[in-house]
Amino acid sequence: MALDKSEVEKIAQLARLHISEADTDEVASRITDILALIDQMQSVNTEMVEPMAHPLDVTQRLRVDTATEKDRRDELQTLAPAAQDGLYLVPKVIE
Amino acid sequence: MIEKTAAELSQALSSGELSSTELTQSYLDRISRHNRKLNAFITVCEESALEQAKAADEKRATGDKSPLLGIPLAHKDIFCTKGVITSCGSHMLENFVAPYDATVVEKFKTAGAVMLGKTNMDEFAMGSSNETSFFGPVKNPWDLKRVPGGSSGGSAAAVAADLCVMATGTDTGGSIRQPAAFCGITGLKPSYGRVSRWGMIAFASSLDQAGTLSKSAEDAALMTNVMAGIDSKDSTSIDRPAEDYTATLNDSLDGLRIGIPKQHFAEGLSAEVEQAVREALKEYEQLGANITEVDLPNNHLSVSAYYVVAPAEASANLSRYDGVRYGHRCENPIDLEDMYKRTRSEGFGDEVKRRILVGTYALSAGYYDAYYRKAQKIRRLIKNDFIKAFEQVDVIVGPTSPHTAFGLGSKTDPVAMYLEDIYTIAVNLAGLPGISIPAGFANGLPIGMHIVGKDFGEGKLLNVAHQFQQQTDWHKRKPNFEPAD
Repeated sequence: MALDKSEVEKIAQLARLHISEADTDEVASRITDILALIDQMQSVNTEMVEPMAHPLDVTQRLRVDTATEKDRRDELQTLAPAAQDGLYLVPKVIE
Repeated sequence: MIEKTAAELSQALSSGELSSTELTQSYLDRISRHNRKLNAFITVCEESALEQAKAADEKRATGDKSPLLGIPLAHKDIFCTKGVITSCGSHMLENFVAPYDATVVEKFKTAGAVMLGKTNMDEFAMGSSNETSFFGPVKNPWDLKRVPGGSSGGSAAAVAADLCVMATGTDTGGSIRQPAAFCGITGLKPSYGRVSRWGMIAFASSLDQAGTLSKSAEDAALMTNVMAGIDSKDSTSIDRPAEDYTATLNDSLDGLRIGIPKQHFAEGLSAEVEQAVREALKEYEQLGANITEVDLPNNHLSVSAYYVVAPAEASANLSRYDGVRYGHRCENPIDLEDMYKRTRSEGFGDEVKRRILVGTYALSAGYYDAYYRKAQKIRRLIKNDFIKAFEQVDVIVGPTSPHTAFGLGSKTDPVAMYLEDIYTIAVNLAGLPGISIPAGFANGLPIGMHIVGKDFGEGKLLNVAHQFQQQTDWHKRKPNFEPAD
């Protein structure tokens, strides 16, 4: 199926990506090509097939619910573009 | 000595005729001479490599005979390394220094291997040519105008050009095996879950697997011995007893049942690649193997299903890059929304953005059943094809790639690039182990042969690859990319 401009804008918004007006047509056409490739799988009847989430059908291993990690907040926050007093700083959200 | 395998160098180190310090220095010299041409390394760790080499020499002196002790290797820049930048080939993580080592990195440290540096790769491992790297493409040492393959192209080129003994890689749809084929080396993707993914930057979590790029199957066995095993930090790693993959290398292939999938010898395969693989099969017959045709009727759907599963998982995994906790942040955002959008649009390259958009679309309201769930059902059909084929045969053999390395800049259409992985992708969807080994040349470019095993059949794959390498010397051929002095 062919994607139009408004659909590209909608997906870009969901993905929090900015696509410039000039690039929208090109992006729409590339993604339309990829969806055409993907749509080949629609020709196969899979009604009775069980979906496979894991190649070995293994289920998630569980562990005891206890904290095992040490507090490394200060160390990890040195990676942040902006942090102060143990908090991550972002642009003002509420006026 | 720089052209030798890890197994050979290990002996030289053990007997004392060579020190890790000398060896490490030789590779560092070679990297400084040739990396500008090849662009295989993003980061070179000269100082720490020499420190690790010295420590390895001291350990050797006390009688430590660990096989990889003092062997210089490179890690793909997707593995987190404490204190050393891990960029994942992206502007987003250009200056990211991980606060911890990936389990794979830690295991090689414990084994005493020396880390020379971090290798170039397609951005977030999304690509089959290394051209999506923020740091520019890697050049194929066999022809500098051609791609090395991807996404582990830097690792493959570095091993092929003797800039290191061996390197780690990751394989989501062929990212170890295809560059190994294009660069004329050995590349093993183990079964899904055999090696811990902890600290390996996530692309598509149900497909990603760490593996090896090396000069021989024997070296791949030595590396897998170090890497494999359960990890409490990766809940998808599989709890299986440790194996010594070197122990079965010399098993006889008499009576081995090889399946060749008719779908892998069909339209689209170049004549010279087909011929090389068929010649290689004759070699196996000489070794006592029996060859039969097998059917993988759903193989043609693998690329379609993959381009739902991988982008969908990538769009979720890459949502973490928001400019808040680490990585790139745009300048002077006017509000939070603007910060997210500009940070991500500046930080990601075109191919990564394209896949995030495809994945977001496939997972958006109303489309989940038609895309992600449908692709998971196709995955089941593909796995069932393999299960059925493996009732008749022990391994499946075919070409790794439809042709030899293509020219830099020659494939601009994303869909054409995606079809590059037509023989390798199904193996990731089914979670099976696969290896590519050199099987010939066409016009001076290496040809890769692909061998696929049963779940956790790494030992058998390495045995089958090693026996071929005892009879042939394709894997010993070296590229001549050095200008005459």
